[in-house]
Amino acid sequence: MFKNPRSILIGLVLIAIALAAPAFVYPVLLMKVLCFALFASAFNLLLGFAGILSFGHAMFFGSAAYVSAHTIKVLGWPTELGILAGGAIAAVLGLLVGLLCIRRKGIYMTMITLAFAQMLFFVFLSAPFTGGENGLQPVPRRAILGMIDISNDRVLYYVVLAIFLVGFGLIYRVIHSPFGQVLKAIRDNEPRAISLGYDVDRFKLIAFVLSAGLSGVAGATKAVIFQLASLTDVHWGMSGEVILMTLVGGIGSIFGPLLGAAFIVGMQNQLAGLGEWVLVVQGLIFMTLVMVLRTGIMGLLSDMSHRLSKFREQK
Amino acid sequence: MDMIFGVPLPLLLGQLVLGLINGATYAILSLGLAVIFGMLKVINFAHGAQYMLGAFVAWMMASWLGLGFWYALILAPLVVGAGGIVLERVFLRHLYDKDHLFGLLFTFGFALVAEGLFRYHFGSTGQIYSNPIPGGMQLGFMFLPYYRIFIVGIALLICFGTWFVIERTKLGAYLRAATEDPVLVRAFGINVPLLITLTYGFGVALAALAGVIAAPIQNVSPLMGSHIIITVFAVVVIGGLNSIMGAIITGFALGLIEGLAKVFIPEMSNTVVFVIMAIVLLLRPAGLFGQEQ
Repeated sequence: MFKNPRSILIGLVLIAIALAAPAFVYPVLLMKVLCFALFASAFNLLLGFAGILSFGHAMFFGSAAYVSAHTIKVLGWPTELGILAGGAIAAVLGLLVGLLCIRRKGIYMTMITLAFAQMLFFVFLSAPFTGGENGLQPVPRRAILGMIDISNDRVLYYVVLAIFLVGFGLIYRVIHSPFGQVLKAIRDNEPRAISLGYDVDRFKLIAFVLSAGLSGVAGATKAVIFQLASLTDVHWGMSGEVILMTLVGGIGSIFGPLLGAAFIVGMQNQLAGLGEWVLVVQGLIFMTLVMVLRTGIMGLLSDMSHRLSKFREQK
Repeated sequence: MDMIFGVPLPLLLGQLVLGLINGATYAILSLGLAVIFGMLKVINFAHGAQYMLGAFVAWMMASWLGLGFWYALILAPLVVGAGGIVLERVFLRHLYDKDHLFGLLFTFGFALVAEGLFRYHFGSTGQIYSNPIPGGMQLGFMFLPYYRIFIVGIALLICFGTWFVIERTKLGAYLRAATEDPVLVRAFGINVPLLITLTYGFGVALAALAGVIAAPIQNVSPLMGSHIIITVFAVVVIGGLNSIMGAIITGFALGLIEGLAKVFIPEMSNTVVFVIMAIVLLLRPAGLFGQEQ
């Protein structure tokens, strides 16, 4: 599966860190990082590899959160089914929105996704089952497969880690498959991809659905962890946050979104008491990164290692 | 009482006037977006924030300096527009040769900073700005406040003034030419970078002007910008960004449709613009007035 030995090494080290982490850090914070890492990776599949900037990914994340919260809390479904239902609904939603927005290109697509997300926000705001401003809570943490007791945060952490690894592994495989290569070709030169005979719209649509579905899984898992689905999850601010995470980590890099998610979630955790300042800080990070560091942390790292090897050669 | 489709006439007309006023705001804002996009190829996400800034500058002038509405109507757009010029000169300028999405992300960041700072300072409830033209006309079937007539009038004046400058004057000809082919226009000795800066300043000033006009009819709140900007994006998708007249007509029309929706299908009044956007995308993907490049 992993052809590049360096990726294997990085992957193994990351998994080892992830397995040992709950001994050092509060598990709920770690689970939040994992959720957003999956969300940002799914988003990056679309932005970094298909070149589509969606400004409405909160609609997939948030709808799935509502669906899983509703099915688990009100309909009494098992947790794993609730999460799957959330992902499935998000994928269907991704299909509908994707069909409409690939009819336009570039910046218009961005505005269309934002507009549809806003429409869904209003739908959830007034829909009777969402609990309005209070949200849907508390979502019970029912045992996974009837035997894994997830009321304990540490146990749930390993379940979330497993969900994350499956989702992230899927994204990794998609990016390194022939399908992923075609996506990159479309991103870099769409007319050329068309002239080579690829059905560009179909590739874009599949990428859109995949990204939406996996964002949904992340959102549904989030609802289980925090036992809550709320309007925050479908608000445009959430769409902005996932863009910010991806930008911080590095657009188009595989591990970048993980770093970005950890960075932003960690920052929010530190600034939690400062209220509106979080918005200001996020805005400043956006402006700074766009001006001076468009490739994010991963770009900075690869730049540094590049310089280091050059430096060694000179010696 | 007169009824139309089961709705009392005064209610219907009242909502139509409100819709026309909202439409006036949409028209001015989408006009500004279209003007900026034409020259800079940047979607100005900060447009909503600059609209909010316009309203707040007017409010600050009134409550801190004692300057009334008519001063603010001229001064606030100048102040916010000057801020826009600084933003363009210092930051946006360096993004034109990069992927267009970075311009969008930068202006989004600016919008977050502006909204965050004002929310920190003023809270999210909003300030009251007094009506500069109190009173109104009793038309028999409804009461029409003078200020609402003023809004619609001044919005039409601004929109068609802008249209006239861009489509019918020499300066507008330069602008349109620079939109098509900046390199060639530069070769004729026209200072295109200056044109770009002034265009951004003008677009931002338009947003601020819309904010000043809106201040007396709604609370001056830090949230007013992010509420309206997404709807305006939908308006822009429906109308297309290539046509000045398209932006104006679509803005007014969608305001009116929203007003009608409030009367006939109130549960859809928030979403009707987005539903229309979906329908337009299905039937005429390039937008009502647009051509896809």
